[in-house]
Amino acid sequence: MTTEAPILAIDRLTMRFGGIVAVNELSFTAGRRQITALIGPNGAGKTTVFNCITGFYRPSSGVMQLVHDDGAAFRLDRLHDFRICKYAKVARTFQNIRLFPGMTALENLMVAQHNTLMRASGFSLLGLLGAPSFRAAERAAIDFARHWLERIGLTERADDAAGNLPYGDQRRLEIARAMCARPALLCLDEPAAGLNANESAALSELLLSIRDDVGTSILLIEHDMSVVMEISDHIVVLDHGVKIADGAPRAVRDDPKVVAAYLGADEEDAAQVMEGGA
Amino acid sequence: MAFILKKAAISALVALGLFFLMIGIRTEAGSSGQLIYWTRFGELAAMVGAVFAGSIVIELLRRWIGPVGGVELPAGVRATFATLGRLLAPALLIFALLVPVIFYKERYLLDLGILVLTYVMLGWGLNIVVGLAGLLDLGYVAFYAVGAYSYALLAQSPLPLPHLVDGFPFVAFSMEQLGPWAFWVLLPVSGLLAALWGVILGFPVLRLRGDYLAIVTLAFGEIIRLVILNWQDLTGGPNGISGIPRPTVFGIPLTPGEHGFAAMIGVPFSPTHRLVFLFYLILALALLTNWATIRLRRLPIGRAWEAMREDEVACRALGINITTTKLSAFAIGAMFGGFAGAFFATRQGFISPESFTFQESALVLAIVVLGGMGSQLGVALAAIAMIGGFELFRGLDQFRMLVFGGVMVLLMIWRPRGLIGHRAPTVFLQKRTEISSSLVKEGHG
Amino acid sequence: MDYFFQQLINGLVLGSIYGLIAIGYTMVYGIVGMINFAHGDIFMIGGFIALITFLILVSIGLTMVPVILLLVLLVAMAVTALYGWTVERIAYRPLRQSFRLAPMLSAIGMSFVLSNFAQVSQGARVKPVPPIITGGYTLHDSGNFAVQLSNVQIVVVATTIVLLAVFSYIVARTRFGRDMRACEQDQTMAALLGVDVDRTISMTFVIGAALAAVAGMMYLLYYGLVDFFMGFIAGIKAFTAAVLGGIGSLPGAMLGGLAIGLIETFWSAYFSVEYKDVAAFSILIVVLIFMPTGLLGRPEVEKV
Repeated sequence: MTTEAPILAIDRLTMRFGGIVAVNELSFTAGRRQITALIGPNGAGKTTVFNCITGFYRPSSGVMQLVHDDGAAFRLDRLHDFRICKYAKVARTFQNIRLFPGMTALENLMVAQHNTLMRASGFSLLGLLGAPSFRAAERAAIDFARHWLERIGLTERADDAAGNLPYGDQRRLEIARAMCARPALLCLDEPAAGLNANESAALSELLLSIRDDVGTSILLIEHDMSVVMEISDHIVVLDHGVKIADGAPRAVRDDPKVVAAYLGADEEDAAQVMEGGA
Repeated sequence: MAFILKKAAISALVALGLFFLMIGIRTEAGSSGQLIYWTRFGELAAMVGAVFAGSIVIELLRRWIGPVGGVELPAGVRATFATLGRLLAPALLIFALLVPVIFYKERYLLDLGILVLTYVMLGWGLNIVVGLAGLLDLGYVAFYAVGAYSYALLAQSPLPLPHLVDGFPFVAFSMEQLGPWAFWVLLPVSGLLAALWGVILGFPVLRLRGDYLAIVTLAFGEIIRLVILNWQDLTGGPNGISGIPRPTVFGIPLTPGEHGFAAMIGVPFSPTHRLVFLFYLILALALLTNWATIRLRRLPIGRAWEAMREDEVACRALGINITTTKLSAFAIGAMFGGFAGAFFATRQGFISPESFTFQESALVLAIVVLGGMGSQLGVALAAIAMIGGFELFRGLDQFRMLVFGGVMVLLMIWRPRGLIGHRAPTVFLQKRTEISSSLVKEGHG
Repeated sequence: MDYFFQQLINGLVLGSIYGLIAIGYTMVYGIVGMINFAHGDIFMIGGFIALITFLILVSIGLTMVPVILLLVLLVAMAVTALYGWTVERIAYRPLRQSFRLAPMLSAIGMSFVLSNFAQVSQGARVKPVPPIITGGYTLHDSGNFAVQLSNVQIVVVATTIVLLAVFSYIVARTRFGRDMRACEQDQTMAALLGVDVDRTISMTFVIGAALAAVAGMMYLLYYGLVDFFMGFIAGIKAFTAAVLGGIGSLPGAMLGGLAIGLIETFWSAYFSVEYKDVAAFSILIVVLIFMPTGLLGRPEVEKV
């Protein structure tokens, strides 16, 4: 465990939809250069938390503070929409993959570098005239994209439409796309959903390398407990919008409240929690 | 066979039901204003018979040709087609450049060429909004109108504006000072004004999606037309504006006088000179539109447009400002519409609200969709086919629009994804592979 | 005040006609998710069929106005419904699984076909009819202005109300109505549960066209003329009404129709006739800015 200040501190986050309280007074922190997992039975409010963090919902109340390595601090509850990614550098993936299916894998990764390239193209003016400075920036962007394609093993399929890739590749491409936005915090919504055992293992490796080699902090929603237990540094358990446990994987796994929540919700999930640690 | 006959009989019966009153009986307002009618059962019988026969023919064709359409062409043939396809665009361009040379004597064909190119340009402009950004715009003609009226009004000297507001400061500068340069100064101004209107339209529709966007753009187009129609002091209302200055060859007028272009280059004056000049002018404008679009597609802004068409939510998650991205698409699309409008005004010398109806918007949209959304070559081909085809039907007189509408329906059924059914990527690592249009989204905004 | 009431009556009558057309738009949109651009022209065809039928009935010597009206109504509804059915069959069914813009363009093409078919077959000139229903009541007379309620207005509003009641019953209570609502929700699922989707969609077009025919006939009675171009403007306004009310919502379509009718009438009465359409369209834009799904539309929840 490092003693570094956490990258993300969430304080009493509440999200109401009409009369329904989806997330209630939730507080937790995500460690810098750590993988924090957010788990809980279906309908626990995990994706709602994500949507609040990444600017798709405006929280009803609560404070979310994100601090970059250089000390720059951002109040995510006050930023909104695209600004979260652009300024606070939080990138995300989606539960149901949201690639640009009619664009190639490479184009997907280029779109993720939009803001950098936009500045380099002089808001299109320099780019339209073909200025050398923009060309250099574009080459750099392509190189960065190529780097990520290599990392996820998709260099060969760089020029294929994203919608044509197999499911597992699409999952990884979406992560690579988020990484091309050069995030400080990467939020992954069920990245292992629908993957087979081999692909899950490759995913775990990819996430660990993102944490260790790139130094990006990760916040993760996941149902696949083998992945969660294997790679997480820290787990936060949610049930009915309330935090019921928070700690190291081992501690969380043995927490009777967690077991009860899963047993109460879904026996299969409960079994998975047990197995994941066994 | 019995099945076919039965089907044809049912079609004929339906036709009888449809046409009995509409064709069988002809109404007309009589001389003193009262209604009279007479019967046309001969025509009715002919129509029903035609439907019966046509139904049999279609059914037979479907049986014979149906399976053949599904057969894969041999690889060699397909490769030849691909090569021909690649050569098509340069060949078209060379042909376009040579048109005034080949058809110098055929004023009608030159005129038609100018018309086709105007629609090519409009198609390319709208393609930015609909094909790339995926924003359904049913009121594109509004920007065409803004461009045309901006040019016509600003070029009119003295400007009618001072009459509206006493002591209007604009009088200090008269367009007359521009003299022969009026067109060249006012062309960009018209484009910019149209772009401004694009942004004005863009703001209220930012939050709207799909068909709400369609109806608001349609309403916007109608509002512009109705205001032009009714603001008689400024626009002349239904009478339009005439005497719009003709373009000059960079300051040299195309007139018979001794300062005219013909005298300058030492050839006898001919009215065809102006046509040829107009042809090259619109060709240049259209190519400018094409060049800018191709260039923009490869810039981050163009990729953001296409990404927005594919998935707006994902764009937001990647830090793309949807507001400015949408507005820029509207503004740039509108700007090219404005250029085309200014050209239209200077070409005609006369404009009236009649030229800016919903039909025009529908026609341009049809060109874009038929071309295959987002494909530059497809749009050009569709414009040639639609406008050229429309002219071919000139002999049909009043049946022209009827045939035109019917052809539009058939074309959509035949190629719902347009003539060019794939998208070319904007950047590649190893090789450029075309993307099948079945993967490409059409946007929902 | 009297002037105001007179405009209110006029606005409601006009709004009823728009509402009847708007229902056709909103039904089709609800079930196949497309703007049926040809619907305005279906309304125009309805007006022509009513005119021709009326002419024939009068010339064969029928004189009882209620009988004539009833027969004209039935013939116009039946024939126009056939038009609606045919249009769906030819121009939309082959494109049902296609992407969104193709059916829209096909519909625009069909709209050209219908309006020009009417022009070619019946001529371009406006067709006037003498007033069929005459008379009326003076509701209030203040000396310098009398509030009039004409019999035509009563007929238009009464017909609209009766048909709306029948129509609501069909949608809410009959087998067809249930099938239609099921198809709106999920066509695949409806098909799996034994709903004949093709038939249901055809019926939707048929009913929409029949209501448009009623609107066409009411228009004929109220304004005393038809022409081949009237479908376009009326169609756009009715579609505006459908969107204003919240497209896909049947009460919304009627509400939107009334709103557009009232806006148009009041604007003409108090400001300027020339800008009445501008006013209607501007109010549409303003409403959509603040309520992006119209007055009664279901908000589109964006699932992230």
